[in-house]
Amino acid sequence: MSLRQTPFHPRTAALSEGQAWRRWAGYVVASSYELSHDREYHAIRSAAALFDVSPLYKYMITGPHAARLLDRVVTRDVGKAKVGQVLYTPWCDSEGKQIDDGTISVLAEQTYRMTAADPSLRWLHLNAAGLDVTIEEVSERTAALSLQGPNARAILQVAAQRDLAGLRYFHLTDAKIRGIPVTISRTGYTGDLGYEVWVDAAQALPLWDALIETGTPYGLTPAGMLALDVARIEAGLLLIEVDYFSSRHALIEAQKSSPFELGLGWTVALGKESFNGKPALVVEQQRGPAWQFTGLAVDWESLERLYADVGLPPRLPTQAWRTSVPVYSGGKQVGYATSGGWSPLLKQYIALAHLEGTFGTPGTPVEMEITVEHRRKRAAARVSKLPFFNPDRKRA
Amino acid sequence: MPHPPPGTYDAIVIGGGHNGLVTAAYLARAGKKVLVLEKRPRVGGAAVTEEIFPGFKFTMFSYVVSLLRPEIIRDLDLPRHGLHVLPLESTVTPMENGDYLAAWGDHDETRRELCRHSPRDAEAYDEYGRLMHHMAHAVRPILGMVPPDPTSFDPRDLLALLRLGKHFRGLGAERLHALVKLMTMSSADFLDEWFETDVLKATKSASGIIGTFLGPRSPGTAYVLLHHYMGELDGVFRAWGFAKGGTGAVSEAIASAARGFGAEIRCDAPVARVLVKGGRATGVALENGDEFSAKVVVSGLDPRRTFLQLLEERELPADFVSDIKRFKFRGSSGKVNVALDALPSFTCMPGVGRQHRGAFSISPSLEYVERAYDDAKYGEFSRRPYMDIVFPSMIDPGMAPPGKHVMSVFVQYAPYNLNGGWNDTKREAFGDAVINTIESFAPGLKSHILHRQVLTPADIERITGLTEGNIFQGELALHQLFFMRPAAGWAKFRTPVRAYYQCGAGTHPGGGIMGASGRLAALAILGDGA
Repeated sequence: MSLRQTPFHPRTAALSEGQAWRRWAGYVVASSYELSHDREYHAIRSAAALFDVSPLYKYMITGPHAARLLDRVVTRDVGKAKVGQVLYTPWCDSEGKQIDDGTISVLAEQTYRMTAADPSLRWLHLNAAGLDVTIEEVSERTAALSLQGPNARAILQVAAQRDLAGLRYFHLTDAKIRGIPVTISRTGYTGDLGYEVWVDAAQALPLWDALIETGTPYGLTPAGMLALDVARIEAGLLLIEVDYFSSRHALIEAQKSSPFELGLGWTVALGKESFNGKPALVVEQQRGPAWQFTGLAVDWESLERLYADVGLPPRLPTQAWRTSVPVYSGGKQVGYATSGGWSPLLKQYIALAHLEGTFGTPGTPVEMEITVEHRRKRAAARVSKLPFFNPDRKRA
Repeated sequence: MPHPPPGTYDAIVIGGGHNGLVTAAYLARAGKKVLVLEKRPRVGGAAVTEEIFPGFKFTMFSYVVSLLRPEIIRDLDLPRHGLHVLPLESTVTPMENGDYLAAWGDHDETRRELCRHSPRDAEAYDEYGRLMHHMAHAVRPILGMVPPDPTSFDPRDLLALLRLGKHFRGLGAERLHALVKLMTMSSADFLDEWFETDVLKATKSASGIIGTFLGPRSPGTAYVLLHHYMGELDGVFRAWGFAKGGTGAVSEAIASAARGFGAEIRCDAPVARVLVKGGRATGVALENGDEFSAKVVVSGLDPRRTFLQLLEERELPADFVSDIKRFKFRGSSGKVNVALDALPSFTCMPGVGRQHRGAFSISPSLEYVERAYDDAKYGEFSRRPYMDIVFPSMIDPGMAPPGKHVMSVFVQYAPYNLNGGWNDTKREAFGDAVINTIESFAPGLKSHILHRQVLTPADIERITGLTEGNIFQGELALHQLFFMRPAAGWAKFRTPVRAYYQCGAGTHPGGGIMGASGRLAALAILGDGA
C-alpha cells in the first residue's frame, strides 16, 4: 500500500468488514468497521467507542524556551498552563488568519507535546529563531487511541488499575496499562466523556488488545471516522479542510478565516505579550468578526412538507456530509453550511454553518438548501448555539 | 387562565403508563395544571425497567420501542430527557433441522441469506418490500388522526371521511387491492402469495399474532405485517429499536418532560373511583380516601377499568356498557426474563457474536406457530411456544453487570383463561416449557441461568392492571380498531360522562409504545377547550 498504515493496522484491518478506509494525513484509517457505522456511532453515546487517532501530527517541544516558542505560535496562553494540563488552541498567520488547530499537552516542566492536523515542523522552526528550544517530530513514534463514551472511565480504570475520577477535563496523567507506559489525557473529539491514550508505537498492539479485552464487557466498540464525524458535529467541533481552510492552503483571501470567525474567540489570549497575528486579531476583536460559526437545526415539519410534495417520506442523510450548502434569509444568501447530518441521538437534522454578521444570533430563522428528488429546495432552519449536545459527564 | 385553587387541578390523569404520561405532558405543555396518579411505586405501566435480581435490569413487560411517534419525540424533546433508541437490526430464526434464516441490517447480506433458501424469494423480497412501503406510507397518517365516525353527519367527520376516501382512492387500483387483502387476509395466506420459504413466512407472520388470540392462519392478521414497514419508513429517524435503559427509560423520559412542563406525578396513589356529579366528572377518590378535584379527568387504563371499575354502571348508557363488556381482551402472551452469567450459543449459529445483538425468533415453521396456537385454543399454554428473544445487555451493557447478561423472552401463547386457572405450579411449568424449548435450540442455556422471572397473563394483570393481561389494552383485532376502538361512537377519546376522557392503548390507534393514543387524547381535550 502506498499510503502508510498506523501501528494499530494489524488489528483494525482484521475488523474491517467492508474494507472501507479513509485517508488521513497520508495514513489509512477505518471509515467504519461494520457495513454501516450506525452501531459504532451509538457506542460513542451509549457505551464506549475506540478510535485509532495515530495519524495526528505530533511534536515534542522541549527546552528552556519551549513555552515561549509555543506562545509565539498559538493564540492561547501556554506560559500560564500547569504541568498536567492540556490546551486546545488554534494558531494563525501574521494576518490573524487560522492556519491549523490542535492540542498542547504540558507533559513536564519545559516539555510539551503539540498535535496538529497538518505538518507543522517548518512553521515551528521558523518561529523558533533565537530561542533555546528543541523541536522533534514524533508522529510515527507515538501511537494514539481515543476512548470515548459514558463507559470510557470505567474501562480505563480497570485497564490502568487506578481511580481516574480525579483526572479533570483537559488534564493528563501518566499511567500503566498491563505494564505498558502510557499517557492518558481527558480529551477527545466527540464532546462526550472520553480519553486519549498515548503510547510508544512499538507497544501499540498490546495496548489495543488490553483495552479491547477490558472494554468489551462494557460495550467497547471499535469505531471509524464516519461515526466520529456525526459525534463531532453534535459536539460542534470544527474540522480543518471541511469547516475552514488553513490560511496556508487558501488560494484567495475569502477562503481564510480568523479564530473569531470560527467561534474560537475564547482561545485568543489578547493579553499575551505578542504572538502570530495578534495585531490583526486586536483590530478584529474591536470591530467584531464578519462571520459567525454556528449551528443550524433544520425544521422537521418543513422537511416533511418538501418531501410530501413529491409523495415521499422525509429522506435524511445516512452519513454526515461535508460539502458547502447555501443558507438563505429572506431570499438572500447569508452564509453556508459546511458539515451536517442527522443526529440519531437528538433526532434532529443539524449542520455547522458560517453566517454573515447578525444572522448568527441563536434563534434566527433561516433557510438551508436541500435537494429533494433532484430539485433544489429550501428547508426552514433555526440558528442554534453550539454544541448541540453537551452532556454533564463530559466535564464531571 | 385563572389558576385553580390548591388541591384542585385542570386535569387529573389516572395511570402513569406511557400514554397517560404523554397526555399529561401535552396538557402541561399547554399550560394546564396536571396531576398524574399511578398505583405502582414507579411510572411506566407496562413500560418499566426493574432490577428484579441484583445488578440485572429487566425490561419487564414491553421490551422494544415500536413506532414511538416522531412528533411526540420532537414536541416533548424526549432526547433531552434521556431517550436514546439503539438499533436492533437482525433477526435469526433457528430451524429444527439445525439450519437458520437470518435477516441482517444490511440489505445485500439479507438478500444473499435469503438466496441460500430460495433465489426466487430473494427477488420477491425486494418487490414485496416496495409494496409494503407504499402500504405503510398510505396507512401511516391514520396513526396520527382522530378516527372520524362514518355514521355521523358532523361536518368535521364528513370532511375527515372525504379526505380519507380521497387518500385511498389516490393509491391506485393495484395498491388498493393489496390494502384490502392486508386488512382481511391471514398473514400466512398473504405471505403465501409472495414467498415459498416456510421459515420466512413463519417468522414474518409471527409479527401478526403478537398480543392477539389468533394464529398465523387466522384472517385479519396480515395487517400487522405493515407495522414493521412503518418502522422502516422512519428509517434513519429510528422510532423502532431498543431504548437505552429498557422501556422504563422511555417512560422516565416522558415523565421528565411532563414534570419539566409543570405536571405533578404521584406514585403509590391508586385511584378507587372517578367522582361524577350530574353526568360530569369532577375529580377522583384514591383508595386511601383522599379526594382530588379537577375540571377534567383522563383515564389511561384499559376500557374495562376506565368504565366498569372507575365508574358506576348507572352513570353510563346501557348499550355502551354492554359494548364495553364485550370488548375483547383475551391476553395471550407471557414474558420470561432471565439473568445469565454467559450468553447461550445457538446450535444453528454457534458461539457468541453479532447475532446476539438482534432478535432470535423461535418460529421455525408455520406449522410450529399454528400448533402453538392450537394448544392455546383449547386452554393450554403452548408446549413449544413462539418466542421473540432479545439480549438487552448486548445492546445496552448497562442492563447487567459487566460480562453478564439479561435475556428477554416474549412468549406466545399463554392464554389468560388457562384450563384450571393460573397458579404457582402452572406458572413454573410454563416457565419450564419456555426454557426447555430455547434449550432445544441452544443447548447449555440452563447452566447459565442465575435467575428467572416468569410472567403469565395473570401476573401481567395483577402487576400492571392490564385486564386479562392483554398487552394492547384490548385485542388489536379489526373489529376493535379505528372508529370502533373501544366502542362505536366513542372512539374520539371522549366518553358518555362529560369531562371524562380516555387516553390509553384501548383507544385508537393503540398498541405498542407509540404514545399516539396519549397525544391524540390530549389534543382532543385541549380542542374541547378544557
